[in-house]
Amino acid sequence: MLEFNAQSVAFIVFALFSLGGALGVVTTRNLIHATLYLILSLFGAAGFFVLLSAPFLAAVQILVYIGAIAILIVFAVMLTRSMTRLRELYNRQWLLSGVVGVALFLLLMIGVILPVWGINGSHVGKPVSDVVTTTVDLGIALVDQNQYVLPFEVASLLLTAAMIGAIVIARDDRE
Amino acid sequence: MAVLNEWAFIGVFFSIAWLFPFLPILGARLLAPHKPNSIKQATYECGVETVGDTWVQFKVQYYIYGLIFMVFDVEIVFLFPWALAYKQLDFFGFFAGLLFVFFLFDALVYAWRKDALEWV
Amino acid sequence: MENVCSINNLVACLVQSGMNPDLANLLTALGGVVLVATVPLVTVIFLIWIERKVAARVQDRLGPNRVGPFGLLQSVADAVKMITKEDITPQGADKFIYNLAPIIAFASVVLIWAVIPFTPLHIGADLSIGILYFVAVASIGTIKIMIAGWSSNNKYALLGAFRTIAQLLSYEVPLVLSLLVPVMIGGTLGMQEIVRQQGGMWFFFMAPVAAIMFFIANLAETGRAPFDLLEAESEIIAGYNIEYSGFKWGMFMAGEFMHAFTACLLTVVVFFGGWWGPGVEQIPVLGFIYLGLKTAVIYLFALVLRSTVPRVRIDQLMTLNWKWLVPISVANVIVTAFLLQVIKALGLTPQSGDLIAALPQTIILLVGNVLLGVVVFGFIGRVGRAQRAADQAVQIHTDHDDHSPVPAVGD
Repeated sequence: MLEFNAQSVAFIVFALFSLGGALGVVTTRNLIHATLYLILSLFGAAGFFVLLSAPFLAAVQILVYIGAIAILIVFAVMLTRSMTRLRELYNRQWLLSGVVGVALFLLLMIGVILPVWGINGSHVGKPVSDVVTTTVDLGIALVDQNQYVLPFEVASLLLTAAMIGAIVIARDDRE
Repeated sequence: MAVLNEWAFIGVFFSIAWLFPFLPILGARLLAPHKPNSIKQATYECGVETVGDTWVQFKVQYYIYGLIFMVFDVEIVFLFPWALAYKQLDFFGFFAGLLFVFFLFDALVYAWRKDALEWV
Repeated sequence: MENVCSINNLVACLVQSGMNPDLANLLTALGGVVLVATVPLVTVIFLIWIERKVAARVQDRLGPNRVGPFGLLQSVADAVKMITKEDITPQGADKFIYNLAPIIAFASVVLIWAVIPFTPLHIGADLSIGILYFVAVASIGTIKIMIAGWSSNNKYALLGAFRTIAQLLSYEVPLVLSLLVPVMIGGTLGMQEIVRQQGGMWFFFMAPVAAIMFFIANLAETGRAPFDLLEAESEIIAGYNIEYSGFKWGMFMAGEFMHAFTACLLTVVVFFGGWWGPGVEQIPVLGFIYLGLKTAVIYLFALVLRSTVPRVRIDQLMTLNWKWLVPISVANVIVTAFLLQVIKALGLTPQSGDLIAALPQTIILLVGNVLLGVVVFGFIGRVGRAQRAADQAVQIHTDHDDHSPVPAVGD
């Protein structure tokens, strides 16, 4: 079922990055280290995009998440005092959150396993296909009247609103 | 699968690229003298003793530049497939792109007028 | 012919001799990686030498000329010196990320060389998203500055790091926006394909405004003059790498030189025709030489610029970017998009890859760019005149009144 070839090795490596990074984020006591672990986790996600033949999304992941959002998170972390020695790792709701986490995990497992290996499933591991939509198709679809041109424009409006909102909030003290 | 071969090259590159600077640094650790004392390891502050904690007054302007950059970054991400497919688009595609860019240019003008682009 | 094991069919060769295909791919990739990564390493030695020589000649002195013929081995001597210098780690520094920063600094630049097409046949990895890969790797560079500045446990390093990141983030916008133009004209993101599309006419002649924006933004991204405020030795000593000594500092410096060279290399690949030159179709190895020559010219231009233009202040830096470069880049994208549609409607899109077919499109786009340039210079003139008038008003005012403070004239 599980062949040992380059793709599965890559998958395991990226899975280690994603999960290890995520684990590091929540267990470390140093906020800056947590940000670096987050960056590692995002790298793992970018790697998955490459394995799924979506290199454009991988590059976007690195460009936007790591290049912009992670930097902003670091800036925000700098505003926190005593960020290198967080005092509390666990709060008092750990039991409830643990239950919710396990329930979500079971839900995800069922959602992934059932369509493929369930009773009506396809029973085949779908390999990465050679025939995938390319970035050019994405570009055409974005401005196609029958496809995604409206979300394209709405996205632009959303970005404008985000920028205006951010400026209003961040410059509040200068009135 | 030839496509993934290219990415395999990148993957190997990622793994090796950190080795190239790491080896000389390791070599430096072996070759260089290592006699630390407290004066040498003191933080540099223009030749005098450090005053105060290592915590700088964080100007909010840095964050605003980061925010504006992020908005433009996402805009660019949307524009890349548009530009890539541009040869196959017609004037409707041009106007869709124009509208997209116009909204964001509008946001830039807003930031400009509200003095969000000034380095205070 | 198929039995000869050369670099191009090494994989097939290894598989034929019984090796596991995945392993063969891995080994070939490894060999290719080492080959590609060594080129920038060797180049950086010459880069440091030529930088010092050109700066010296501009300043009417000789530069290094003792170590080796013409001082060529000076960089090697410097490297040996740096390895043997003591490596002082400041107290309270975060050890792991303090050591990680110079490695990322160097690695993030070497990674770009994986997608650069050296000849029509030789490229590290011809990714379908070559240009976006370059942009993504360039944006990783900001992380190293953050962690270098933070882990040094020095508030000046942190301050320098913040400013550097503000500069890098800001100038990434015109950098990527100006890359949209060759993508539109060429219709591809892959590096090899973009170079091929320039067989008829270099993209520089079709989009000079984009090329100039790209070059300026690259100068700012790599921290070269006139944007080298952040490592201005006379101002904030060394910015985010104050606390680095020995070979770690050397890695930062080498990374910076390599980054500048890589930026010029990319300008040549995207705008100046890459490996195109007379006779390159028949003898592919000539592509290497043409690429090297063109990059050398652009790099020399950057070096002379460094010695000529005064340093820009931090607020002028930001104003230049957000109030000039970004609007110009956006306008450039729109103007080029419009003209391309017009060209397509007129049926003048070059179908074949030769000079004559590309001429109409080139001329129309060139005219559009020149018009844009004229408008921009008109704006610059207007702002300049307003500034001069305001300065003269202040001058007259202070001539009469010695005690009032001079108000700062913003733009």
